Amino acid sequence: MRKIFLALTLFAAMVVNAQENVLPAKPQKGLLFIKNAIIHTGNGKVIENGIIKIRDGKIEEVGAGIAVPADDVQVVDAKGKHVYPGLILPTSSLGLVEVSAVRASTDVRELGDLNPNIRAIVAYNTDSKVINTLRSNGILAANIVPQGSLLAGSSSVVQLDAWNWEDAAYKTDAGMHLYMPSMLARPRFGGFGGGGGGGGPQQPQTDPVKEALDKIEGIKNFFREAKAYLTETAHQETNLKFESARGLFGKTQKLYVHANTIKQILVALDFVKEFGFDLVIVGGSDSWQVADLLKKHNVSVVLQQPHSLPTLEDDDVDQPYKTAAALQKAGVLFAISDDDGQTRGRNLPFNAGTAVAYGLTKEEALSAITINAARIMGVADKAGSIEVGKDANIIISDGDILDMRTSNVTDAFIQGRKIDLTDKQKQLNDKYEQKYELKKKGF
Amino acid sequence: MRKTRLFKRLMFALAFFYLTTGLHAQVTFPENGIADPRHGHYALTNATIVKDATTTLTNATLVIKDGKIVATGTNIKVPAGSVEIDCRGKYIYPSFIDIYADYGIAAPRTTTTGAFTPGQQPQLETAAKGPYGWNEAIKCDVDAYKVFTVDDAKAKPLREAGFGTVLSHVRDGIARGTGAVVSLATEKENLVILKEKASAHYSFSKGSSRQSYPGSMMGMIALLRQTYLDAQWYKNKPAKEGLNLSLQSWTDNQGLPQIFEANDKWNNLRADRIGDEFGVQYIIKAGANEYQRIKEMKATNATFIVPLNYPQAQDVEDPNDARFVSLIDMKHWELAPTNAAAFEKAGIPFCLTTADLRNVNQFWTSLRKAMEYGLSEEKAMEALTKTPATLLGVYNQVGSLEPGKLANFLIASGSLFNEKTTIYQNWIQGIKYVVKDDALANALGSYSLSVNTPAGTETYTLDVKSGTTLTMFGKDTLNTKFSHDGKMVKLSYAPMPRRQRPPGGGEGGQRPVGMGRGSADQTLPASATRLSGVSNGTEWNGTGTDSLGNSLTWTAIFVKAGETKPDTPRKKDVPVIGKVMYPFEPFGWEEGQQPKAENILIKNATVWTNEKEGILQSSDVLIKNGKIAAVGKNLSDASARIIDGTGRHVTAGIIDEHSHIAAASINEGGQSVTAEVRIADNLNPDDINIYRQLSGGVTSSHILHGSANVIGGQTQLIKLRWGANDEELKFKNWDGQIKFALGENVKRSPFAVGNNSNNNRYPDTRMGVEQVLVDAFTRAKDYQKEWKEYNTAREKLVKEKKSTGSLIIPRRDLELDALVEILEKKRFITCHSYVQSEITSSIEIANRLGYKYNTFTHILEGYKVADKMKEHGSNASTFSDWWAYKMEVQDAIPYNAAIMQKVGLNVAINSDDAEMARRLNQEAAKIVKYGGVTEEEALKMVTLNPAKMLHVDDRVGSLKAGKDGDVVLWSDHPLSIYAKSLYTIVDGTIYFDRQKDEQLQKQVDEERNRLVRKLNSEKRSGTPTIPAQPSYQVMHSCSDHQHSHGLLVIDADEITND
Repeated sequence: MRKIFLALTLFAAMVVNAQENVLPAKPQKGLLFIKNAIIHTGNGKVIENGIIKIRDGKIEEVGAGIAVPADDVQVVDAKGKHVYPGLILPTSSLGLVEVSAVRASTDVRELGDLNPNIRAIVAYNTDSKVINTLRSNGILAANIVPQGSLLAGSSSVVQLDAWNWEDAAYKTDAGMHLYMPSMLARPRFGGFGGGGGGGGPQQPQTDPVKEALDKIEGIKNFFREAKAYLTETAHQETNLKFESARGLFGKTQKLYVHANTIKQILVALDFVKEFGFDLVIVGGSDSWQVADLLKKHNVSVVLQQPHSLPTLEDDDVDQPYKTAAALQKAGVLFAISDDDGQTRGRNLPFNAGTAVAYGLTKEEALSAITINAARIMGVADKAGSIEVGKDANIIISDGDILDMRTSNVTDAFIQGRKIDLTDKQKQLNDKYEQKYELKKKGF
Repeated sequence: MRKTRLFKRLMFALAFFYLTTGLHAQVTFPENGIADPRHGHYALTNATIVKDATTTLTNATLVIKDGKIVATGTNIKVPAGSVEIDCRGKYIYPSFIDIYADYGIAAPRTTTTGAFTPGQQPQLETAAKGPYGWNEAIKCDVDAYKVFTVDDAKAKPLREAGFGTVLSHVRDGIARGTGAVVSLATEKENLVILKEKASAHYSFSKGSSRQSYPGSMMGMIALLRQTYLDAQWYKNKPAKEGLNLSLQSWTDNQGLPQIFEANDKWNNLRADRIGDEFGVQYIIKAGANEYQRIKEMKATNATFIVPLNYPQAQDVEDPNDARFVSLIDMKHWELAPTNAAAFEKAGIPFCLTTADLRNVNQFWTSLRKAMEYGLSEEKAMEALTKTPATLLGVYNQVGSLEPGKLANFLIASGSLFNEKTTIYQNWIQGIKYVVKDDALANALGSYSLSVNTPAGTETYTLDVKSGTTLTMFGKDTLNTKFSHDGKMVKLSYAPMPRRQRPPGGGEGGQRPVGMGRGSADQTLPASATRLSGVSNGTEWNGTGTDSLGNSLTWTAIFVKAGETKPDTPRKKDVPVIGKVMYPFEPFGWEEGQQPKAENILIKNATVWTNEKEGILQSSDVLIKNGKIAAVGKNLSDASARIIDGTGRHVTAGIIDEHSHIAAASINEGGQSVTAEVRIADNLNPDDINIYRQLSGGVTSSHILHGSANVIGGQTQLIKLRWGANDEELKFKNWDGQIKFALGENVKRSPFAVGNNSNNNRYPDTRMGVEQVLVDAFTRAKDYQKEWKEYNTAREKLVKEKKSTGSLIIPRRDLELDALVEILEKKRFITCHSYVQSEITSSIEIANRLGYKYNTFTHILEGYKVADKMKEHGSNASTFSDWWAYKMEVQDAIPYNAAIMQKVGLNVAINSDDAEMARRLNQEAAKIVKYGGVTEEEALKMVTLNPAKMLHVDDRVGSLKAGKDGDVVLWSDHPLSIYAKSLYTIVDGTIYFDRQKDEQLQKQVDEERNRLVRKLNSEKRSGTPTIPAQPSYQVMHSCSDHQHSHGLLVIDADEITND
């Protein structure tokens, strides 16, 4: 009888905790302390045995000697643990793509080349099963990015504990995304035989650089006309596309240019020079070659996928791992992302960890997935570091968050709210641990 | 005397204009008109005759009659009835033979669509109508001689390049039927076909066949192998097969020289191995890169047909363009012209061909380039005459200037391979084809010109230098305009304007120096005297108009021939070129620099033994003679190189259970069951990912067939011996495995259009997948039984000493052979699988039909049926944390590996991906993170456990004395993100050394810079260039998921296979 009762309770618990029933946490009221922690602030500092004081979702104090009142306050003892700002995934299709191979489950790419008016935020699905798996690895915010050819639309930053997209929106439409056309001649293959078997490369039919420049000129013309349109006080007809460029000219929005090669990156500088836009290069696999120019023009970079193969066979075997250190050395503001389609962003901290193995310090690598990302995305006033006045977006890990060997997120707070770290995968794990009675067997 | 000589020389030139009849008339053909029998009887005298590559006769005579050579030699009397042609100063060579042509054959319609183009339904069956075989790419019933037509427009450039005979075949299909030896004479086909069935042809190209199978290199190899077997079986005319012309002609063609167009160094070896299996020595049509593996070429014992095409120079002036041009593309550009010389140097017999040239008219430029890079005249000559003629069994007809052979010969101005030499004529079957008219060349020299004006005769001296240049002087040098085409003459002249006259010169008809070269660019006054006439041999006669409009006549008489400059070609230096690397990849080794097995002692490290000793602190590992000699404390060995392991970790080399690197093709999706195809048939050692994975501590990779079909191909375990050839890459003596696949890929879900499956290849559901498996193994069992019965009956007859002739030998089926091997536990399955229903179903079928799933790979829902898998006795090889990229991985969880391990399965973590493969240690670490297995157990998931499922744990996977020296020294805890492999050792050989890697990188950069400079300087010196072409890399995958592999990587599935 008791056994049955226990089983029923477990079953009930499981139902309650099924991902559909992972409730977004209620707003945090009053005081919350995280104590005895090794605090990595995100902006380079490490506070041993530190305390974070949070009031109504905001960080009120951070330091080593903060008094914790004995009375009715919430206290999290993080003894021996590492505390970090919530990680930020700088580019993601989270909530827009559920299963990439299932057409009906994707809302990420609109038709057409000129979609400045498209807004990713409106399709962001807070009930995506992927979201909670990212929280489990410490990712508490993400920039939701539309895909496309040329001007694809605007991205928004969301926090990952919400009822709906309006609820999730952390900063809306802060980025406009331009996908730079390839400037590489397209390949031609003549079937089997690789290894230089044929008579060498064939002459390409068209000049890919010219083709790309023509397309970019079209985009520039759009911005020129938009600029003129926006200086008018009244319009005979409203142009929604021009209207949507207002943020770029008003500097409330940045231009994210998805570009990897030197030529693409240099052409992107036009948008700084001609229009004065704030420019972010996304991708940037060859950005290490122009780091000083990027610094000079105040361009920031999102390295989309450090866990990647080198571009050319001749490249340093570890080049993608080393690119972050090259940007750091040149003083470029950069963030690290994880765009891997198979793991969906959950390995963001490990992409940063790899950069540590190849030249960054741990705190620099942490910045690349917290404060730098926040700065680039325009949310550094409220996220990205454990600093007074910011939202209490905080994670607690048993060990070094950058190393999968030690990373284990035990607690997470978004705006001070302690979020439920359950995810679908943990639930399936629980279910089958029960099937095989693994706990009973001592595992 | 002098006059006579010139006359003869002119006769030689003019003969062309009078010779109109061709070969002797055919007997059976009625004549419309009057019979005009001629014999084409000529004696070419005073020539230097190069009879063959090794025999040169000077001042010799060649007599031909009726299209054949009657006599060649010195001291030969000009026979009565022959027309004598004086070839003084000229060279006569046998016309060349091109053994690899498609002259006279209409270009086949080739398809550009591959086996599986998204959105397009594959053609699963042959579209050929008629009693042919099942596969449209087997076109061995085609005979070139039946479709050959004479084509003067195509023959002309070949003749002008010096060719008189070619072997033509229809270049379409994997088996292409027979080739015919034809001459390039423009006569009726009946007379120019010299041998109607001279060769049989094969290739690795489906040509015009749109049939889905084979859709891969290994599929083509399997198809060829099966066809050999089928043709053998068909000899007994099995009733069920009916008439099969393809198999019939296949057998009929076997007696002919067998020519395989392989076009690439590795493909050459692949072709040769097929030949070895069936006792055939192919003549191999090579590509341009054999110099990269010339030893392996030599080992084939084949004669090669070597084309002379080279990559064009790329314009790499813009550093941002140069960035994407790989070292090997530049190196290949530099080294490709050494290809022919490499064959010669290695002592490999070869022919040369015009095939693959962008244009036949580049033949001489390309040939001379090959000679500049070391090909000798003698070899070139042989490769264009005797060798091809001998191979084709027509050396009795062509290839040298022996009496009795066809009168196929070239007349040239000098030694043929000299850069300044001109081919004047190419005689084919006794018919003269003019390449370049030599009448003009014969007419150069000085003439005495007499102009009969009303005022009397004026005399001048003409010094004719070319068809448009002469110097004319009387008292003074004159201003002239001249043209002479060997027959018609035009000359205008006027006194030279005063200011142009040479100071103090021109007196007494003295020839001015460096002045007065009459040429077209000088303007003549309207009042110039204009002459027009005809050359009548040694004399020109004509009429004209003088400055006043008076008519006049004129005559010019030859005085003496022009001085010919002594023929001293400047000896070009052999160009400075880089070295061949092994493999032909960046970070490859130069000859003699390859790493060798060493005795290595790693001291004072943390040693992860994967044995009952567990993790040893401050311990040593000794590797000797390629094997682990000892593991323990305080080891010493005087012969060993000591590596300090303090603060470092030593593990066994990582073994990747699921990889798709280092192969020319991965997926044969042309049919649902392709157990006959073998990854081993198409390994590609030139894959940079071998080196990259060494850098991540990987020492062995299991190269799997893709997941395009239910029963895929046979897999191959390799060791990452960077620089080895394809055979040496193989992990020796291991149980073979085979790839199966279930689910979305095999029902072709990725190819759906909208909500429609768009699939016409069975199966389309998991229900169908189950039936395909049941069917395959049911057929295999019947087949097994059929052979058993045959063998028993045969043994009985043998025992009874009776004839076995009455027994019908069953058809050998390579597909079923592989399935029987599974039933007999000689081959083991690794099965791509995801969801619990299909796993359960597979196990149920296997139990029912008596086979076993050795490994379920991917197996992302394995945790749901771990107990069933354990009961079945399977291993599990999975990803750590992949999910949500397709429907069947929606329930994938990172706890999967841990649950399966806890249930008692042998679990491995694999990569299926060239990028992740170099971080497999980190993937193993995730199983600690997500499932709480111990670190030791986690590391085993990428070392010992995969070794177990690959049945090689007796040799690799742990650090134990006696096992292979496959060892990694890590900078840090091997499960940490911060760990890097410092040394990756395979068989005691350090194939990756992190310090050495830096040096290699420098060498790569330096070599790149050298080549970019060289290309830039070539461009500046006028070499035509093409725009820089990014060096894309083809990467194979399961066609299962997408990864970030960089800008230049192209998924093999996106490329159409022909």
